[in-house]
Amino acid sequence: MSQFAINLMFVGGSFLIYIMIAIWAKAGSTKDFYVAGGGVHPITNGMAIGADWMSAASFISMAGLIAAGGYANSSFLMGWTGGYVLLAMLLAPYLRKFGKYTVPEFIGDRFYSRNARFVAVACLIVASVTYVIGQMAGAGVAFSRFLEVDSTTGLMIAAVVVFIYAVLGGMKGITYTQVAQYCVLIVAYTIPAVFISFQLTGNALPPLGLFSTHIDSGVPLLEKLDEVITALGFRDYTADVDNKLNMVLFTLSLMIGTAGLPHVIIRFFTVPKVADARWSAGWALIFIALLYLTAPAVASMARLNLMTTIYPDGVENQAIEYEQRPQWVREWEVTGLIQFEDKNNDGRIQHYNDTPAFADEAAARGWEGNEFVYNNDILVLANPEIANLPGWVIGLIAAGGLAAALSTAAGLLLAISSAVSHDLIKGAFKPDISDKGELLAARISMAVAIVVATYLGANPPGFAAQVVALAFGIAAASLFPALMMGIFSKRVNNKGAIAGMLAGLISTLVYIFVFLGWFFIPGTNNLANTPDNWLLGISPLSFGAIGAVVNFAVAFVVSNATEAPPVEIQELVESVRYPRGAGQATDH
Amino acid sequence: MSEHADNAVKYWKANLRLILGCMIVWAFVSYGCAILFRPLLAGIQFGGTDLGFWFAQQGSILTFIVLIFFYAWRMNNLDKQFGLEEE
Repeated sequence: MSQFAINLMFVGGSFLIYIMIAIWAKAGSTKDFYVAGGGVHPITNGMAIGADWMSAASFISMAGLIAAGGYANSSFLMGWTGGYVLLAMLLAPYLRKFGKYTVPEFIGDRFYSRNARFVAVACLIVASVTYVIGQMAGAGVAFSRFLEVDSTTGLMIAAVVVFIYAVLGGMKGITYTQVAQYCVLIVAYTIPAVFISFQLTGNALPPLGLFSTHIDSGVPLLEKLDEVITALGFRDYTADVDNKLNMVLFTLSLMIGTAGLPHVIIRFFTVPKVADARWSAGWALIFIALLYLTAPAVASMARLNLMTTIYPDGVENQAIEYEQRPQWVREWEVTGLIQFEDKNNDGRIQHYNDTPAFADEAAARGWEGNEFVYNNDILVLANPEIANLPGWVIGLIAAGGLAAALSTAAGLLLAISSAVSHDLIKGAFKPDISDKGELLAARISMAVAIVVATYLGANPPGFAAQVVALAFGIAAASLFPALMMGIFSKRVNNKGAIAGMLAGLISTLVYIFVFLGWFFIPGTNNLANTPDNWLLGISPLSFGAIGAVVNFAVAFVVSNATEAPPVEIQELVESVRYPRGAGQATDH
Repeated sequence: MSEHADNAVKYWKANLRLILGCMIVWAFVSYGCAILFRPLLAGIQFGGTDLGFWFAQQGSILTFIVLIFFYAWRMNNLDKQFGLEEE
């Protein structure tokens, strides 16, 4: 059976399961559509959050970025897990006690202001749509590679599949399809890692293999990797970073953004009790950690395997002949994500870091430039092929990557649609809308969001993982501070919250647009996106943490200069702090 | 102040203390051990690299899990202790 047929079987088979679950659980009433009847067990909910959470950025992109950056990119690992600590302690239990459907609804009620609710809807839509664009782009690329179609067709297929189960299924469909998706993606991610870890270190557990001895050389794996890549002029894999401020802020941005992303927060409305909301966050992190503890092992092992493939006799000897290149290189060359150019015409693939510091050594070896360029995003998808694993493992990773991208896209679309139908239409323009009408509006807004995201996903505003990190910065700067102050301060009032959210959102967007182009339109940036231009060396990806500080500061100053919130609002804050008296997850 | 309100205030203070303690650990392992204090830990070798690298790629994640479960367990007990748990 050809690899194409195997891929088709795995991807098709997994999709059939998701769609069947979606149809089986087809939502009937509005309450089911949003919060799955409020009866989801913490472990089930934890898995669904895991699938919601781990997107194309975590599955496809992250290990490739760590492989390229080494220690310096550990921020992704800490940032995208550490946010759950904030969620569990600062938001989840209280929002569950409050017991509403959506995040803007909480902000609107707590800050007794329709305008606050609208600002929250705007923040939610900006952050979520930015995020979905990255997912659609990622799903499109994965589809096109494994189904061997062009990227536009891949994107269209992704849009249709997301549309079917998100629009027809609603939350209940999504909760159970996401449990299935979690299982597919975690199995797909860990199986190749187990094989590779065992091959390289003799330890079948990748997180332990990472710190074990490399069998072939007898030295620790990370030491071997450092030795191989520094011999080719690359930066030491485990080296410390120079700009610690930026690393701290980037990690903080990702953590706060994690806790501020509405598609994750609404998951906590679906557990039966306040105590379960706390457990749910813990279970979610366990399921997420299974991938996040495997990813750094995948990163270092794949990088080492890649170097061994190119220099089969060791880096001090000749590189592989181009004609002898393995099949996976040939296949990825077709997508254009691997490129080879024989600069010194010796028929071999010289891959090294082409910098002035390494020029003398390169010249001594007769090299005339780096000849091998690969996109970091292919690393996880190509990982099983690099390690010569059987065809079914390759099919499995295709299904896993698509599960990750599509499940997150669906979760985000649900958050967008509920904000539009519930907060905008029912909350403002047409309060007397029927259940059926509200459901219809939710489905229409989902469809519109899919069309917009698919359109923008065809020409994404930059690299997928970059777009996703921007979405986190936006959520960190706008929604998280408002939610947290709404619970922990009785003094912050409507004016303070609105001013804070706007200040955080706008300062962050402006900083991003100045470097990356206004509304992400290429060529409209005011300054080149280089560390020299950044304010105090803070990258646009890290600015969300500063935006959050601005948000907190503005909200406090404005609130203290204006009147205190009314007594009934202070009582409301009081009531969300104590679990007793919580209603059903779906009660109004 | 009524006994009921007094109880609630105590509960909330206990919660804030617990959050503060957990957040100190949270910041210490990630921003501390993994980033800012890494040069100080450079002498401690761990599996081919140093302890700071381990905290950045594994240690903090494991600590985060323990923290959440510890917080959930303590809070769910506090709910009962103060008689504020859901019926």
